[in-house]
Amino acid sequence: MAGALTYTAVDSTSLSTAEIYGQALVELGRAHPEVVALTADLAKSTKIGDFQKEFPDRFFNVGIAEQDMFGIAAGMARAGLVPFLSSFSVFTSLRAADQLHTDLCYQNVNAKVIATHSGTSFGQAGSTHHAICDFAVTRGIPNLTVICPADGYETYNAVMAAYNTPGPFYIRINRGFDRVLYKDANYGFALGKAVTVNEGSDLTIIATGSCVFQAFEAAKFLEVNDGLKVRVLDMHTIKPIDRDAILKAVMDTRRIITVEDHNVIGGLGSAVAEVVVESGKGCAFKKLGIQDQFAPIGLHEDIMNMLGIDSNGIINAVRDLMKMDFEEDDDWDDEA
Amino acid sequence: MSLSKQEWLALEKKAHELRLLCLDTTSWAGSGHIGGGMSCMDLLTVLYHKYMHIRVDEPQWPDRDRFILSKGHAGIAYAPVLCDLGFNDPEMLKTFNLSGSKMGIHLDSNKVVGVDASTGSLGHGLPIAVGTALAARVLGKDYITYCLLGDGECDEGSNWEAAMAASHFKVTNMISFVDRNECMIDGKTEDVMKLEPFTDKWAAFGFIVKDIDGQNIKEICDAIDFALANKTDKPVMIILHTKKGAGIDFMEGNYLWHYGAINEEKYNQAKASLEKYYAARVARVEKEAQ
Repeated sequence: MAGALTYTAVDSTSLSTAEIYGQALVELGRAHPEVVALTADLAKSTKIGDFQKEFPDRFFNVGIAEQDMFGIAAGMARAGLVPFLSSFSVFTSLRAADQLHTDLCYQNVNAKVIATHSGTSFGQAGSTHHAICDFAVTRGIPNLTVICPADGYETYNAVMAAYNTPGPFYIRINRGFDRVLYKDANYGFALGKAVTVNEGSDLTIIATGSCVFQAFEAAKFLEVNDGLKVRVLDMHTIKPIDRDAILKAVMDTRRIITVEDHNVIGGLGSAVAEVVVESGKGCAFKKLGIQDQFAPIGLHEDIMNMLGIDSNGIINAVRDLMKMDFEEDDDWDDEA
Repeated sequence: MSLSKQEWLALEKKAHELRLLCLDTTSWAGSGHIGGGMSCMDLLTVLYHKYMHIRVDEPQWPDRDRFILSKGHAGIAYAPVLCDLGFNDPEMLKTFNLSGSKMGIHLDSNKVVGVDASTGSLGHGLPIAVGTALAARVLGKDYITYCLLGDGECDEGSNWEAAMAASHFKVTNMISFVDRNECMIDGKTEDVMKLEPFTDKWAAFGFIVKDIDGQNIKEICDAIDFALANKTDKPVMIILHTKKGAGIDFMEGNYLWHYGAINEEKYNQAKASLEKYYAARVARVEKEAQ
């Protein structure tokens, strides 16, 4: 696992998330000659220019042709290379969905998709460039591991973990800078294991991506102003989802709010709900995200505010859910 | 590599045996894509029995030549080739398309030994072949990647993305073919979605294009020899002018035989036709071989 590598590349406070990915890729490229990078006319936007400079023979810009990029990557992977494909999430999950499904995942090749400009983070570009259903698409494809890092440090960890784990990966990162959640990269990242960012027993917020920082801010505010102890889980791995952390949240807090920069259909909230319902345990539950609509245009932080997935929206949702009775009695023994 | 008369006859014999095995497989399965299988059997035979460097006892040999069957529905022709070579137990062919079998219509590269890519969704093979060929360059290997497309498949835009990439990246360690049998599910290619001027299109995308009789083993060998000797920086596309259902008189050129069912009567009729076809082809070799 990533522990074998030295964490030197990232400075999460001065580099955008994609730039951190770009640096992590250079680091991998230096250590592993089989690592190659592909993009579809988005080398600048996805920040893999450094890799191109250092390894021009291992860098392939296929032009604006995402389907071709995925096929090329699959061929390379089957021949023994480890391709990292970078493009905008909306294109990696939709334009090239058939190739992602068949060439990468059905063949179960060792290729890593770095999906940038995810969610509504390319806000002003409008809905043609928002990726609001990529979790729904990627969660449904067997063999694919789906990660949505919370900040630059976590992006670094995710990229390293993807390299160190055979099989296809989909890593969803934002455009531009993310608010920095972690102090450094050494906080114990493990694939498929949620990070407890804040302990609490009254309610659990399960968040992913840029929403984790917002949830953490909300939890701190609620502790000071409402006296609430809110647990915050960074659910960076959307698939396979951390069932244990979800079930523990049900048992310990019995109130769960999920927060994601994605449609509430098919994403994190749906994944968590599946685990909760299958457990047979009662739980007050609310999904925050894009409420099955195309998102408005604007700056990412403004859109998050409009969608109610920033700290203010989360605070309001927590207060509402604290008022909800989740069942008539407190007797857990009569439940399945 | 010039083709001796003896070698030509041997390839004819193998192609005939494989056509019969494809017919048997269709019969065991009850139905299948026999039309497009028969049209490409000569190429499959030539590639696997003359040109490709492969090791049956080491299927994943890193230096092996690759073959990407982009027209994945021709699995019913490809599976007999791979079983006959010994990559898979020929008994598996009796399970083709049956519930629980490792062999479905479109062969799975993780289940059927010798398959270099799982295809079936059309327009995927050429990009994969480009990637496979580019990987050879990065890894410093000299294997050749062969790729066979269907002609109807060329409606898919992703092929043309890959064609641009092959030309742009000067992918000359890849040799591509189109099985130009002029048929697709709903009709003749020119009626459903016009492909012509087909040769000009590939040439415009930067390929050296050879138009040949895809049912003539000598012409196929000559074209591959030409492509292997290519010293330009352009990739080669070989358009195989073929007949859907080649060798089976009641299927030949009929788009309705894209996929069809075989009963005992049809099986016997097809077998008799294939024997006659083989005899005519041998006679041709006797006449034309040097």
